[in-house]
Amino acid sequence: MNGSALTLMVFAMGTVTLLTGYFFYRVLTAKPKPEPDSYTDNDDDE
Amino acid sequence: MANTENWGSRVGLILAMAGNAVGLGNFLRFPVQAIQNGGGAFIIPYLVCFLLMGIPLLWVEWSMGRFGGRKGNHSTPFILHEMDPKRALWKYIGVFGIFTNIAVAAYYCYLESWTLSYLWHSIAGTFNGQTADQVAGFFGNYVDINTSTTGIPFEPIVFWIICLLLNTWILAKGLSGGVEKVAKVGMPLLILFGIFLAIMAVTLKSGEHGAVNDGTVGLNFLWTPDYSSIWTAKVWLAAAGQIFFTLSVGMGSIQCYASYVRKKDDIALNAMSAGWMNEFVEVVLGASIIIPISIGYLGIDRVVEMTQSGGLGLGFKTLPYLFTQWGPTLALIAGVCWFGLLFFAGITSSLAMGTPVMGFLKDEFGWKHKNAAWFFGLIILVLGLPCVLYFKEGVFDEYDYWAGTVGLVVFALFEIILFAWVFGMDKGWREINAGADIQVPTVFRFIIKYVTPLFIGGVFLASLPGIWEKITATGLPWQVHAARVLLLLMFATTCWFVRVAYMKRKANLKNWTK
Repeated sequence: MNGSALTLMVFAMGTVTLLTGYFFYRVLTAKPKPEPDSYTDNDDDE
Repeated sequence: MANTENWGSRVGLILAMAGNAVGLGNFLRFPVQAIQNGGGAFIIPYLVCFLLMGIPLLWVEWSMGRFGGRKGNHSTPFILHEMDPKRALWKYIGVFGIFTNIAVAAYYCYLESWTLSYLWHSIAGTFNGQTADQVAGFFGNYVDINTSTTGIPFEPIVFWIICLLLNTWILAKGLSGGVEKVAKVGMPLLILFGIFLAIMAVTLKSGEHGAVNDGTVGLNFLWTPDYSSIWTAKVWLAAAGQIFFTLSVGMGSIQCYASYVRKKDDIALNAMSAGWMNEFVEVVLGASIIIPISIGYLGIDRVVEMTQSGGLGLGFKTLPYLFTQWGPTLALIAGVCWFGLLFFAGITSSLAMGTPVMGFLKDEFGWKHKNAAWFFGLIILVLGLPCVLYFKEGVFDEYDYWAGTVGLVVFALFEIILFAWVFGMDKGWREINAGADIQVPTVFRFIIKYVTPLFIGGVFLASLPGIWEKITATGLPWQVHAARVLLLLMFATTCWFVRVAYMKRKANLKNWTK
């Protein structure tokens, strides 16, 4: 691959991959909000 | 009956939202757009449009949905009405958020059924031993109602009905029990299949399995920048159009999904996570499969010529043949991965198109969830049948143009004006930031108020000559005119339903105050 194509590809793919990973990581590590929240999977069983 | 649906988990909601955005266009449209609009340089206007138009619209639509959902509204006519109750106009503008979903689902489910059929044929080994022309001709035979490639009469209709039934059945299972479960399985599989195919494509070696170029030749061609192109309006329009198309903004489905989120729960980070996940699938996976493989076997000139008619031809007419060059076992695996990936991309989007219609029927007319799902399936059956029967006459493209292209831009323009200028940026900014797990950069307050409306307005103005050309075109087959009448009737009927719902609400309020 030529230099400019490789640079652009690595920059674009790298940026997109890093940001996707970063935001998903933030979602996974975010503190859960107190109940009742919008999600049922974390509700206590009655 | 109250509309009391819930999401099962936050990750499930994000995957469903990402699935809504990720569609066939991520793999078939984006790489072709890049090739036709400056190669690697296309990424510059594309990412600028994502930052100035895509991200703001994602935040606006998520917050509009959550705002409306708090007041029991799960479809755009009454979400928009709730944001400016004094003006009657908005609920009719909100009709776009139902109409577009129905009209797009009508042709999209047919497209989705092709992936199902090709998945079947890949497993059955139909393409093994066929020449390139035979595989390309297979597609033409498939969409011709009178020809059967399996011996099953009316084959495309059969696969289409299976696809419709599958969509309806999943929708009938509910948000967490149906849509979310499909997203939780479909999205990881889609990414896995995409990574496998991208590795196969990039590691393609000239001289092996009949390839004439290395896979990197295709990547090099796709990413080599022509920087002079970024000064042309056409390239910016293509980039803006791709952002609209890929993020599923201006449809009303994001608002519907977000309407089941409570005020204290985050939407700012959710929107970013789902939006960037879509970008990963498009920029990283979408750019690394179809072009490197095609150029690896066919060379640059042939592929450039083939992309003039879009990416569908490459995806359905060429790739199945190229996979057979890898031998029967790898052809089977690659075929399943490619068409499985396209199928998951399609179904997670078409399911999102069903939920606003169902939300409307449940909110306004007290319909049971299952009945609303089957009614949606029935409308898609009626409206989609002309697409299937008269595909070659251009009905499919007509639906795609008016609903899937013009409809999105018009609705997005109205909703950004409503949010930033009528509802007001003070309230709007509070909505975006309520419960946020990230700090939304303050510059976006300015962007949402000034830049995004101007951007979308520019896209709309630039598309006017094309719209005029479409309207005044002569010599069109009667099926295209009939499709236009059908779409207009659909829009008018939805307006009438909204009117009836509004009168019903007024009467209920009167009775309640008495």
